[in-house]
Amino acid sequence: MSPSSEYAIETHNLRKVFGSHVAVRGLSLSVPRGEIFGFLGPNGAGKSTSIKMLLGLVHPTSGDSFVLGAASGDVEIRRRIGFLPEDFRFYDWLTATELVQLHGRLSGMTNEKLRKRVPEVIELVGLSQHEDRRVKGFSKGMLQRIGLAQAIVHEPDIVFLDEPTSGLDPMGRLMVRDILRAERDRGATVFLNSHLLSEIEVTCDRVAFIKNGEVVETRDLNAVVADEVRVVVDAHNVSQQAVAGLVRWAERIDVDRERLRFSIRSRDVLPDIMRHLVASGADIFGVAQERVSLEQTFVTIMGEDTSL
Amino acid sequence: MKNIATIALVTLREAARRKILWTALLAGALLLGIFAIALRLQVVEFQSRAMSPFVRYQVEAGMLMIGLYTCDLLAVVLTILTSIDTLAGEISSGTIQAIATKPISRSQLLMGKFIGFVGMIVVYVVITFNATIAVAYSVTGVLPEHPLHGLLLIIFECIIALSLTFMFGTWFSTLTNGVIVLGLQAVAFMGGWLEQVSGFSQSGHIVTLGIVSSLINPSESLWRRAAYEMQTPLAGSLSFSPFANVSIPSSTAVIYAGVYLCVVLGIAIYHFDARDL
Repeated sequence: MSPSSEYAIETHNLRKVFGSHVAVRGLSLSVPRGEIFGFLGPNGAGKSTSIKMLLGLVHPTSGDSFVLGAASGDVEIRRRIGFLPEDFRFYDWLTATELVQLHGRLSGMTNEKLRKRVPEVIELVGLSQHEDRRVKGFSKGMLQRIGLAQAIVHEPDIVFLDEPTSGLDPMGRLMVRDILRAERDRGATVFLNSHLLSEIEVTCDRVAFIKNGEVVETRDLNAVVADEVRVVVDAHNVSQQAVAGLVRWAERIDVDRERLRFSIRSRDVLPDIMRHLVASGADIFGVAQERVSLEQTFVTIMGEDTSL
Repeated sequence: MKNIATIALVTLREAARRKILWTALLAGALLLGIFAIALRLQVVEFQSRAMSPFVRYQVEAGMLMIGLYTCDLLAVVLTILTSIDTLAGEISSGTIQAIATKPISRSQLLMGKFIGFVGMIVVYVVITFNATIAVAYSVTGVLPEHPLHGLLLIIFECIIALSLTFMFGTWFSTLTNGVIVLGLQAVAFMGGWLEQVSGFSQSGHIVTLGIVSSLINPSESLWRRAAYEMQTPLAGSLSFSPFANVSIPSSTAVIYAGVYLCVVLGIAIYHFDARDL
């Protein structure tokens, strides 16, 4: 398999087996450049192992993976990669400034660039007041912030973040969201592994659902909002024939007493549906639109597989 | 090379900021104080009775060797205790992940840390070794025969121990690593004594056992070579001790230790590169 320049990450049948345990079964994934890409799945789905394989920390049992066009693990390409590990830990005897300087230096930054960029990025994560404090006394939230600073100090082309908001308060989460958007706007790709569905929902452009070490579905979250509309209709006297006729426009139709729920791909078909229901003798008292939350999508997708 | 230097410097800085190096230096200073008092008492006692200058010199040279042997033991223990956690601990805690994903190969990362520790060891050994000699000289006027040879061999001995903590650190947890390397030091120590015993008993089996022990871990044989280099020939033959000249490791033993170091470091690099982090 050869990499495409269109994608920041490409994997093909990536597999990792630890002894008799299959951690990642066959991960095939394409992450477009310049997007915030969410990686979602239940605990033990193989998300962290997948990230580690992409970064060359874990050697795959089989399969191919490429990051920014280079094979995973390539040393030189890492100049263009940033990474915030889950439960970020570091040499706690360094001060915040020294820690970020070290990471920047290892990523190939010159002293001149470090002098300018390190205070900037420390301010960006809200730790300016603590820049000369040793990391040893930092709270978990502060560690997450300094971890994020080291991940983006060298302005990488792709940033991998493994649970970046764990340990952060709501203000901290907002800060992370703003930083990730700024990274995307700068042209970087962000690969975000988070168990917080709401976080992914408001931050990501695209999301891959992973289960048992395989991608079961990839969705464009912007498209989901625009195209998939869940509609609730308050109606009496809805005949079975009327419900059956809805399949021309709608899917996932549920009837619950006097409440009719269905999904449509576009709001444009709503007038036709209303005319159809009225013509078939239904009395309509109200129509409301509800967006499908990522949580619902997650449950739906994960629920489709009976092995869950 | 730049990244190796960065890792080496951060490792050195870590040693300077952690308490263990300073504690070890303090322990060294304390032992040096005891050593100085013992030497002084010995000198006063010699002055109180008529003592042949020749015998007096031999005894004082022997006491200097005790001081240097203590310095050697402390350096080896410091080496092991400070380095057992550097790879094993960082792998198990995940600390190494943020570093290993930087544009630095794993072999460079390992060598950077190794060089950093070597720097720390050199600083420690140079200070304690020279301080011991300075104290002995100021009290008794005695100097070792070939101090530079002795110094280099002691540093080499510590580097052998360091390579072992690095190699086992790529496989095992901090605690297991420490137990294994300290166990291997015990094997080396026993090997040294067995070779000394064999000098008296003339037992071929004991010689073989001692040699095998020294092959498993050659660090102690380096100390015995250092002792041979530093002491007067007569002082070495006076006693049955870790610095007696009963069984002197040859130059081949020193070369073997060099090959041993390369092999152990090679295995450490290979395994660190091959394992998952």
